[in-house]
Amino acid sequence: MRFVDEYRDQASAAAYAGAIKDLVTRPWAVMEICGGQTHAIVRYGLQDLLPEGVELIHGPGCPVCVTPVEILDRALAVAARPEVTFCSFGDMLRVPGTRKDLFTVKSEGADVRIVYSPMDAVELARQSPEREVVFFAVGFETTAPANAMAVFRAHQLGLSNFSMLVSHVLVPPAIEALLSDPETRVNGFLAAGHVCTVMGTSEYGPLAERFKVPIVVTGFEPLDILQGLHMVLKQLEEGRHEVENQYLRSVRSEGNPPAQRMVSEVFSVVPRQWRGLGEIPASGLGLAPAYAAYDAVLKFDVGAISAAESPDCISGEILKGLKKPRDCAAFGTRCTPDAPLGAPMVSSEGACAAYYRYRRA
Amino acid sequence: MSLDAMSCPLPLSEHASVQLAHGGGGRLMRRLIEDIFLPAFSNPGLAERHDATVLPIGPERIAFTTDSYVVSPLFFPGGDIGKLAVYGTVNDLAMAGARPAYLSCGFILEEGLPMTDLERIVASMRQAAAETGVQLVTGDTKVVDRGKGDGIFINTAGIGRVEPGVDIRPSRVRPGDAVLVSGDLGRHGVAILSVREGLSFETPIASDCGSLAGLVATLLEAGVEIHCLRDLTRGGLASALNEVAMDARVGIEVQQVQIPVHEAVAGACELLGLDPCYVANEGRLVAFVAPHHAELAVSVMRGHPQGEGATAIGTVTATDPGVVTNQTWLGGKRLMDLLSGEQLPRIC
Repeated sequence: MRFVDEYRDQASAAAYAGAIKDLVTRPWAVMEICGGQTHAIVRYGLQDLLPEGVELIHGPGCPVCVTPVEILDRALAVAARPEVTFCSFGDMLRVPGTRKDLFTVKSEGADVRIVYSPMDAVELARQSPEREVVFFAVGFETTAPANAMAVFRAHQLGLSNFSMLVSHVLVPPAIEALLSDPETRVNGFLAAGHVCTVMGTSEYGPLAERFKVPIVVTGFEPLDILQGLHMVLKQLEEGRHEVENQYLRSVRSEGNPPAQRMVSEVFSVVPRQWRGLGEIPASGLGLAPAYAAYDAVLKFDVGAISAAESPDCISGEILKGLKKPRDCAAFGTRCTPDAPLGAPMVSSEGACAAYYRYRRA
Repeated sequence: MSLDAMSCPLPLSEHASVQLAHGGGGRLMRRLIEDIFLPAFSNPGLAERHDATVLPIGPERIAFTTDSYVVSPLFFPGGDIGKLAVYGTVNDLAMAGARPAYLSCGFILEEGLPMTDLERIVASMRQAAAETGVQLVTGDTKVVDRGKGDGIFINTAGIGRVEPGVDIRPSRVRPGDAVLVSGDLGRHGVAILSVREGLSFETPIASDCGSLAGLVATLLEAGVEIHCLRDLTRGGLASALNEVAMDARVGIEVQQVQIPVHEAVAGACELLGLDPCYVANEGRLVAFVAPHHAELAVSVMRGHPQGEGATAIGTVTATDPGVVTNQTWLGGKRLMDLLSGEQLPRIC
């Protein structure tokens, strides 16, 4: 595939791995923020190419993993209603709430559909005026503009049978929360390239300065990640802590202003619960008051549903790199990829799921 | 009889009801078979867990198998449900080294199915049967109320003769065996998705659906020492390799760079966030052959129209029984695990 294979070239990858080996003089722990980067690291076995002292800590940037049980329980309650057609991206369907997942309510008769775009849900609402169409809006800054656009479009069309269950999260407050923990072991970050394509890089300067950590905005192909790592490690070895941009072919420092305008038109910043990390102030997006009519939580009155995370799950400490999955009493017994208790076991790229499979080996 | 013996022999599964993933060819389906079906029907034929069971009848051996076909849409680029229903069962027989001979066919028709659709499907079954040299010798028809079927469901069962000396089954796989595939992966799954989701690609992708019986017969005639065969259906290559690794208690190592995927399929999978190794095929097999016959097997397959894209992708190991590892493009290693159910499109 042109424009893809170039970023997966074996010789260049080996050269970068060699350069990293030559550069590093002591152990460092680098966190890749985004689940897409974790996916590439696992898929291409990048950890195997790195010197022993370089540890990759998989960050909380998988929207599937960090969606709290409470939101899942609300989604399940909305989806189970007979008048509702519940639309979601595919990988949310197997994430467990307190007792069930969306696949289970589907098997019990709920109308749950996998869509590829929030606009598909808007179209469905337009075609089926007798149904209440609800879209499960999950994700980071990357998916926020398209979701905002869907609400905006529904509003333009005057669709009263479309609403959204919003659980959007924001990257910079999560980095701040991780670094504010005095025990944190993370020395540097690969920031998420697609988040910065939308938002730009200006939010990261103050974080790099305040916590003295290098942050490199990085892409998603193997060579992107190796180059991003090289840049972070070079800063660490040289004692610098700056924001640098590896993903130049996509990220401009100002981001994508029209997309940002659409997001701030439809959404406002709210506190948000993160599975495994707890509530982080100003770390999420919710529908702005002017668009409250499209808020599925209000429309179906599920705001009172609350749920506690499993007390057995130590995913917060795992996401911070403080503990390894084997340190968890529930690991591999009460918590498995088929019946996960917490975030890192839910996603196939989560740290616990990866450990579970390697332990078997 | 003690009270213990009267208690229900079926352990409670974690799911109180059947989920779609129970039919996805992954871990949940394997558990369904292990928890519910195997304990209930336990016998040596079933225990081999092969695509078809080989049974002695007098001095002869026959292979016997069955499969049900539920696909939406009924017609897709490169095939239709009728072709699948013939080729799928023929292929399961071929995986036991049998020469397919006779099929049964059960139709479950939904009230309102256009007669022209049924005629098209039956004509395509007739053509597929003629091509593979099998006869549909017995059948059954049921009609269900509108809304209680997806247009048409088809079940076929088949039998075929296994020649003396042929012994192809998972438990014959040995460390050192070469692992070969008969062609590029993922065409069927992507063809179905493109129609189902209304996705159109620059290069239209047709299903690979076709018979593997001729290819297997050619391999046997060439004297290739085949230990095991699996046709790659739902769950794709990764699921087939995991099943064989678990059932034969061996490890399997494959090289990602050797796994053939057509550029258009790779592009579609990239776009949808799918791994072609888990995408369905309907005309591809994986063969486990004795190491000294690996080259012979590849060249024999390449000489057959159904095996033109054949290639060696890995080897069987004695380490890590039950585990499939994949050496990635860049030289790193990763596990190629069995999924819980079907692959789901990812958000990010």
